[in-house]
This record gives sequence, structure tokens and C-alpha cells, in this order.
Amino acid sequence: MHELSIALSIIELAEGQAYDHGASEIEEVELEIGSLAGVELQALEFALASSVKNTMLEHARMVRRDISGEGRCCDCGGVFPAEALLMSCPVCGSYAVKIIKGKELRIKSIVIK
Amino acid sequence: MCGICGCGDHGHHHENEHKHHHHDHETGRISVEQDILRQNNLSAERNRGYFEAKNIFCVNLMSSPGSGKTTLLEETIRRLKDKISVYVIEGDQQTSNDADRIKALDVPVFQVNTGTGCHLDASMICHALQHLNPGNNAVLLIENVGNLVCPAMFDLGEACKTVIVSTTEGDDKPLKYPYMFQEADICIINKTDLLPYLRADMNLLRENCLKVNHHLEIFEMSALNDTGVKEWCDRLMNAVGTPI
Repeated sequence: MHELSIALSIIELAEGQAYDHGASEIEEVELEIGSLAGVELQALEFALASSVKNTMLEHARMVRRDISGEGRCCDCGGVFPAEALLMSCPVCGSYAVKIIKGKELRIKSIVIK
Repeated sequence: MCGICGCGDHGHHHENEHKHHHHDHETGRISVEQDILRQNNLSAERNRGYFEAKNIFCVNLMSSPGSGKTTLLEETIRRLKDKISVYVIEGDQQTSNDADRIKALDVPVFQVNTGTGCHLDASMICHALQHLNPGNNAVLLIENVGNLVCPAMFDLGEACKTVIVSTTEGDDKPLKYPYMFQEADICIINKTDLLPYLRADMNLLRENCLKVNHHLEIFEMSALNDTGVKEWCDRLMNAVGTPI
């Protein structure tokens, strides 16, 4: 259940930004979450819904931009979609694959009132 | 090559330190563009700087419950404590049982109880360090909460993440929990003395480790029988730089 820690970090980060801009309420939080970031999305939604109470995010829309995974083969240099952390290169079969996209866990923007 | 700073070394971490306060007054939208775990990552970098300044080699030990982390710690301490200062931070949800086992070896230890938390985070380590107050030129061993999932995501500021997998857990463990094995620098395969009684195949286990993370440095060990512990301890000793 590290999703609860992630939810609390989202709240802390978004509230800090809103506070810096003199806002007292957040209308929207735009998140970017990679498919290989190790986050169970349903668990995160549940954790967020429970932990936003009595915060600036209580009524905020959560907009999620999902980012698909991409890997690069360290042997042949091929770049390809990565659906899992563990995969072999579809070109040469090597398991020496570096994930170059899909581990994002970011707040892209917020909308304040 | 690292895509952020262009160097050839991947053993470091980058923080998005830029504060972009773009504020669109029409819509009230503020561009944030920050890592959600930024606060943890900043605390971790702070710990890392502390360790580097004091020449402390910090190892974050992670595994499922019952893989032999505390026994490994005990054997490591027995071998190292006369050669170098060793400090321990114990992470568990409840009890100080593990810290008591370490205390019995006369080594400074601080127990962190996470309550219901499933992992240690960098601020817990920062807090523990204030109590532990470690000296220079030392090894700091952090025993994370027994959990093969969540601790993988939280940088503590350690120099080396070590995952321990015991032979009794099966040879497909790395495939089942790839996040942990991919984050780790070192993998200790523990309880090798039990192999004759198990179906687990050591070669397959090693192969699976490397499939998930081709950089993984593997040590085979039976901490209970003191097999392979010396090699691991030598590795730790060598990692502590020239004394300051």
C-alpha cells in the first residue's frame, strides 16, 4: 500500500504550490503516471479519495495522463513499446533492456481557485 | 549515457529542482512538472550528502519477511565490527525484537517502527540518524520493512540497494517481483544450505535475477552457516573509501 504515501505526497506537493500562489482551493490536479511506475491505479484512486478530505484538494478533479512504457535494447539499440518491466528485445531477444519511458510519477499542473 | 547530465554513469539520481511557477491567470492553471515523490527524493539526497561527507557506506537491505535479513546482519556485524564501525537502522511495523538482536552484538542500533507503514522513507532515516549520530568511516546497514514491493520505490539516500532472496522462496521470485530486483544493485541469494531439500534451481534463480536486471551483482550465501558471508563483508569493506 505505498499508494497511500503517494497520495499524501500528491496532496503535500499540490497544496504547497497552491499556497505559494495564495490560493485556498484546488480545482484540478493533472497527474502523469507511467504504466511501469509501480503504482496500482485503483489503489491510488482509493487512497486519494480517502486522504483529500479537509485539504485544498477535497473538491479537486483528478486528471490522469497515462504514459505508456518504452524500452531500449542495450545490445542492439532498438527502441520498442514496453508493457512490462521484464521483457526481451523484440528484435534481438536480449533481456538487457533499459526502460526509457513509463516510470513517470509527476504532477504536471494544478488549477487553483 | 545519462540523458539528463550526459555522463556515462547511471549510479546517481537527478532531481527536478527547477521551480516553474508558470501561472496562467485566465484559467488559474499552474504548471508544476514535479515528481510526486520529490519531497522524499530531496530528503534522500540530503541523507546521501551526509553519508558522502562522513565517508559512510550505507546499504538498504530489502526482502520479503523471513528471508534471513536479521541473521545476515548479525553475521555481517560479527565479521566487521572489529575492523570498522558498523551502525544499524532497523525498520519493522512493530516490536523492537530485531533491534534487540543487534544490540546484543554491541553495535549502535536505532529501531524505526512504521506502525501500519509498509516501507521506510528518507525522512525516517534522517530522524534515525539524529539519534544514531554515526561517526566517520563507517558502514550503515538499514534493514527495511520485510516487503518485496513498496520499499523499492523509496530512495533513502543509500549508496547501495541490496535485495535478499532465499532459496526457499522459489527460483521465479525475481520474475514475480521485478520492481525490487530492477532497483537493486546487489542480490544476495540466502539459505543455499537448504538447496538439496528444495526444488529451486540455483542456476535458474541467477538467470532470472539477471533477466530482470543485467547489472545485478549476485552473492550466494548461507548466513546461518557462515558460507559466502566473507565475500559480502569484503565487498562492504572495499566500498568504504579511504578514511577521512
